[in-house]
Amino acid sequence: MSVNATPAGADVAADAERAAGRHAAVPAQRARRRSKAPLSENKRAERRLGWLLCAPAALVMVLVTAYPILYSVWLSLQRFDLRFPDQREFVGLENYATVLTNQFWWTAFGVTALITVVTVVIELVLGMGLALIMHRTLVGRGIVRTAALIPYGIVTVVAAFSWRYAWTPGTGYLANLFDGSAPLTERASSLAIIMLAEIWKTTPFMALLLMAGLALVPEDLLKAASTDGATAWQRFTKVMLPVMKPAILVALLFRTLDAFRVFDNIFVLTAGGNETSSVSMLAYNNLIRGLNLGIGSTMSVLIFLTVAIIAFVFVKLFGTAAPGSDDGERR
Amino acid sequence: MADIVLDKVSKRFPDGTTAVRDVDLEIADGEFVILVGPSGCGKSTTLNMIAGLEDISSGELRIAGERVNDKAPRDRDIAMVFQSYALYPNMTVRENMAFPLRLAKLDKETIHQKVEEAAKVLELTPLLDRKPANLSGGQRQRVAMGRAIVRQPKAFLMDEPLSNLDAKLRVQMRTVVSRLQKQLGTTTVYVTHDQTEAMTLGDRVVIMRGGAVQQVGPPQELYDHPRNLFVAGFIGSPSMNFLHAAVEDGHLRTALGDVPIGDRVRRQLDGADAPRELILGIRPEHFEDAALIDDETRRRGLEFDAPVDIVESMGSDKYVYFTVEGERASAAELEELAADAGAADFTGTGSSLVTRLSAESPVREGEPRRVWFNLEKIHLFDPSTGRNLTLHEGRASGALAD
Repeated sequence: MSVNATPAGADVAADAERAAGRHAAVPAQRARRRSKAPLSENKRAERRLGWLLCAPAALVMVLVTAYPILYSVWLSLQRFDLRFPDQREFVGLENYATVLTNQFWWTAFGVTALITVVTVVIELVLGMGLALIMHRTLVGRGIVRTAALIPYGIVTVVAAFSWRYAWTPGTGYLANLFDGSAPLTERASSLAIIMLAEIWKTTPFMALLLMAGLALVPEDLLKAASTDGATAWQRFTKVMLPVMKPAILVALLFRTLDAFRVFDNIFVLTAGGNETSSVSMLAYNNLIRGLNLGIGSTMSVLIFLTVAIIAFVFVKLFGTAAPGSDDGERR
Repeated sequence: MADIVLDKVSKRFPDGTTAVRDVDLEIADGEFVILVGPSGCGKSTTLNMIAGLEDISSGELRIAGERVNDKAPRDRDIAMVFQSYALYPNMTVRENMAFPLRLAKLDKETIHQKVEEAAKVLELTPLLDRKPANLSGGQRQRVAMGRAIVRQPKAFLMDEPLSNLDAKLRVQMRTVVSRLQKQLGTTTVYVTHDQTEAMTLGDRVVIMRGGAVQQVGPPQELYDHPRNLFVAGFIGSPSMNFLHAAVEDGHLRTALGDVPIGDRVRRQLDGADAPRELILGIRPEHFEDAALIDDETRRRGLEFDAPVDIVESMGSDKYVYFTVEGERASAAELEELAADAGAADFTGTGSSLVTRLSAESPVREGEPRRVWFNLEKIHLFDPSTGRNLTLHEGRASGALAD
């Protein structure tokens, strides 16, 4: 495909460059290139094609993510309550001080952290088991895989409702198992049910990601380990896990980020009652129900920052060394 | 160290295919045995059954006199080297080699000492703290060998360990493997599809086809006295020439002229169900430029004229390709061999004869040349069964034997 033959694409690229604020940098770069001429015609065409190809995606990303993020940061720096629109005013970091000294925020933060840690750990263990089963099954592989993936295919809200009805005293089959108690009216049991629903729902996703990792482990490696004298458990811990490490980290990262934003299950099961709100619930209550755009946006920004920090820690701590490299020290 | 005995060992897969059929094999203590055959002949499956990586469907496997059919690989005390090397990517060379020792729960001092020793033997000492990703193919191969020798197992099993190396390195590593095996005196079973490797490495070679053993013996014996068409065609490079031969009143009519036959072969052809058509096999080195032969030798063979197609000068001698008229030899075995060599769909025109002539021969491409061939070295095969009719008590005796 020739680049010059796609004027529409060129426009998009130009838009993207403008939107990304690099309209000033680009001509300068071109000028530099012309004076030194370090790039061949071919290389330049290739680079231009590269820019053109990522331009549409970059543009969409800017429109749907960068703008809302920046706008909510802007909102978080203002006193802005839709019930008192006249009092709108720029207050700097005052909202952050308010939220970070508030006990409701920290309770919700604790609940979210608890749910995140417990669910991700259990999902990892169960998901690994499920992945191994799906990877190893010889008979009815298709059926096993389909059955395992069903929970992930169900809409979260629908699944959450079915859990709620199941735990409703008098009519719910699970509640009846426990002598008609009402577990969703107490904090500890509510949290347990929320976590149960989360785990039931997303373990298949974990298993799917881990199964991709399992496919990365060469069969010969396991054979070698068994002739070297490794038991099944030693093969798993000493050979499979290290080789799968990158896949495990990706799975953990995805699930941790998802779990930290838990919302639907809590919304349906307890609506945040009995101090079971997550930070997302709290932000929703302030923003949508309380119409307090300032405080709500502050919470959203804080959630965003927490998630960013989690991602950063994952990538920094574990992501650099893929197995098999000498950690940058090359021959 | 131990002997390995396969007693009617078979492998049937759940889908009904039989990968290995009634293999009987006794491998003596310290012996170097090669399993060789085209892909899909069951050689790797056999090796995996010895290792315990595949279950044995029927028959018995004994290592050092003990039945090990139901033992896990880790309890068989064998070490395996894989074509892919199968090095643990997350461990350094040292950790890779120490891995079997650590699993055997040896103390740190002993492990260190053994790894250093093995590393010295394979000249891996400067690489001990590298990761496999930063090693060359040959180095990885040596690490894989090191991991096998470090714990002094009863036997080494090697599954095409040199196949991923480039040609030059492969020849070099072949001598390394050979020397190492002699030095350690450990029973070794080595799988390869490369007949040159099989000929040069092993004490004995086992040729397999379609899950069954075709012939077992020292390389030279297989070369000189092939039991059937498949063995004859598989061993040797360039491979044996095969020509169609019709039995007609005491002679064999072939593209090289009428070949007389001795009493022994004649007796076999007298039976009512005896084949009327045979396949004549003759190796390239049993031809010679007729101008370079003394009269004594000349009497033991026949001569023919043919146009020279291609001359490949090897320095020490010349490979000369002749075009000969006549029917192409055909048998299931030959088709299989051609398929394995990747030449099933490439036949060229006419049948081509490969000969190895003395370097002094003044042959030139495009010119006809008179060529002599040795009747005592001829093999005759029954095309329907593949059996070598010239074989008597395991020795090939040529077409003229009485």
